[in-house]
Amino acid sequence: MIASQLSIFAENKPGKLAAVTEILAKRKINIRATAISTSDTFGVIHLIVDDPEKALAALTKAGMLVKIRPVLAVLLDDRPGGLDKLAQLMAREGINVNNAYGFVLENRVSAVFVVDVDDPERAVKIIEKKGFKTLDAEALAAVEPFHYMQY
Amino acid sequence: MYWEKDIETMSRDNLAALQLEHLRRTIVRAAKSFYYGELFKKIGLAPEDVRSLADLEKIPPTPKEALREHWPYGFVAVSRDELVRLHSSSGTTGRATVIFHTAGDLNEWTNLLSRCMYMSGMRKSDVFQNMMSYGLFTGGLGFHYGAERIGALVIPAGAGNSKRQIQLLKDFETTVIHIIPSYALHLSTVFEELQMDPKDTRIRIAYVGAEPHSEKMRQKIEAIYGFKAYNSYGLSEMNGPGVAFECPVQDGLHIWEDNFIVEILDPATLQPVPDGEEGELALTTLRREGMPILRYRTKDLTRIIPGDCPCGRTHRRIERIKGRTDDMMILKGVNIFPIQIEKKLMDIPGVGKNFLIILDREGFNDHMTVKVEVERQFFDGDLKHLEQLRKRIVEELRSDILITPKVDLVTPESLPQSEGKAKRVIDNRKD
Repeated sequence: MIASQLSIFAENKPGKLAAVTEILAKRKINIRATAISTSDTFGVIHLIVDDPEKALAALTKAGMLVKIRPVLAVLLDDRPGGLDKLAQLMAREGINVNNAYGFVLENRVSAVFVVDVDDPERAVKIIEKKGFKTLDAEALAAVEPFHYMQY
Repeated sequence: MYWEKDIETMSRDNLAALQLEHLRRTIVRAAKSFYYGELFKKIGLAPEDVRSLADLEKIPPTPKEALREHWPYGFVAVSRDELVRLHSSSGTTGRATVIFHTAGDLNEWTNLLSRCMYMSGMRKSDVFQNMMSYGLFTGGLGFHYGAERIGALVIPAGAGNSKRQIQLLKDFETTVIHIIPSYALHLSTVFEELQMDPKDTRIRIAYVGAEPHSEKMRQKIEAIYGFKAYNSYGLSEMNGPGVAFECPVQDGLHIWEDNFIVEILDPATLQPVPDGEEGELALTTLRREGMPILRYRTKDLTRIIPGDCPCGRTHRRIERIKGRTDDMMILKGVNIFPIQIEKKLMDIPGVGKNFLIILDREGFNDHMTVKVEVERQFFDGDLKHLEQLRKRIVEELRSDILITPKVDLVTPESLPQSEGKAKRVIDNRKD
């Protein structure tokens, strides 16, 4: 299954992330995971949220440059070697990772690894064939991330 | 096809004879103004000394500063009772220059605009929406009267108020518009906001002017709206619009030589250069009664396009304005025009609608930063592609202007886009 990641163009200066989170907070959109990649004066904010379409509409309305990008959200075992199994598979299959980040789930048994690859359709077939579970936008909306702040 | 076939297709010899006849009358009239009266005395020129078109060169060119210094009536050549209207330049530097018109002047000006609009295809059956500001600015009233004389239905919409502009376009099935190029781009984003297709209108012709713009920008506007855009050139000192205009060939602007003597001057020596060579456009009014102006330095850089136009008109063509002598930026000894930057940028896929040039000085070093909007469709969430775009812009600009600018990519529609003339350069350098 293919998941949806929000990618938001932002100038590399204070307040840009805050402008995004403020809109999402107002619309009660929950952020599951974040990653930011920056170049010299600009960057792209990547977000996994519980309602990507709603977020896209709200941010676009505010004048932001936003795209929904297909990514893989792979369910991993939250234990040593969990990511290695997936990384080795992708290496063997020549799947190049453009960007990746992850988060641990509330049950502390699994983690979600978000990977941005060149050909997600092909990659998802390979990965699922080897027994990995992937999440789509709907499944991602349903998961409960681990709340660090409780500890 | 022609509004006045005899004049528009007149042989060059006959045109020269007509020019001389009107030049001699103009010199006699100009001598009655304070400024030219004094000037002629100073250089020892009697009006009857002008016997050929070449004799015009005995008179020194008139700079804009002279109009300012002799504000407001120093150039007026008739009794003030004869004046029926004044217009003022849109200049933002120094005191505005004021131009006075007699009833005869307005009649000639209106005729020129009818000629321009008829040339590019406007007819009686058209609905013309004039999206220019009315008032002291010449772009509003000038086109207004020209279109009425053709017999089109005129909507005096004025500038700005984009949603109402679109409403008017729809309600009255506008077929021809007059619009500032940067505003045409801005208006297309309002169409998008309203979830309307800018192509879904009855507009077939647009007159774009009042702002220098590149060929690429015209093509961008034509592609967005699906109409033909014709370049209009004019300046308030020479009436306003109606000085030079594109014909359907869209290769240069016919400059109406029955109304103006056209010279291209070397900006340094102020000597005329031959056809084909670039320089500063200087114009002499031939029909003006109220306020004749001789060899007026427009500060606009262009060249005469040598050769005949396939449209059959004999009036020579000037090339699209390359820039102004006064918006020239000098950076590290290199002369740069904003229009050059615009031309390069519009050629690069992924570049959005607006850009802004910022000049800064650090110690003794000058830097140029170009902020460039990313085109919405270009962004796919991949930083790599943005970085490639940025590098390409740097390279393309460097190859043209010979210095390496810093390029910042910014969000679409985040740069200032006034509903009037777009400001393209911010110079933070202090001397």
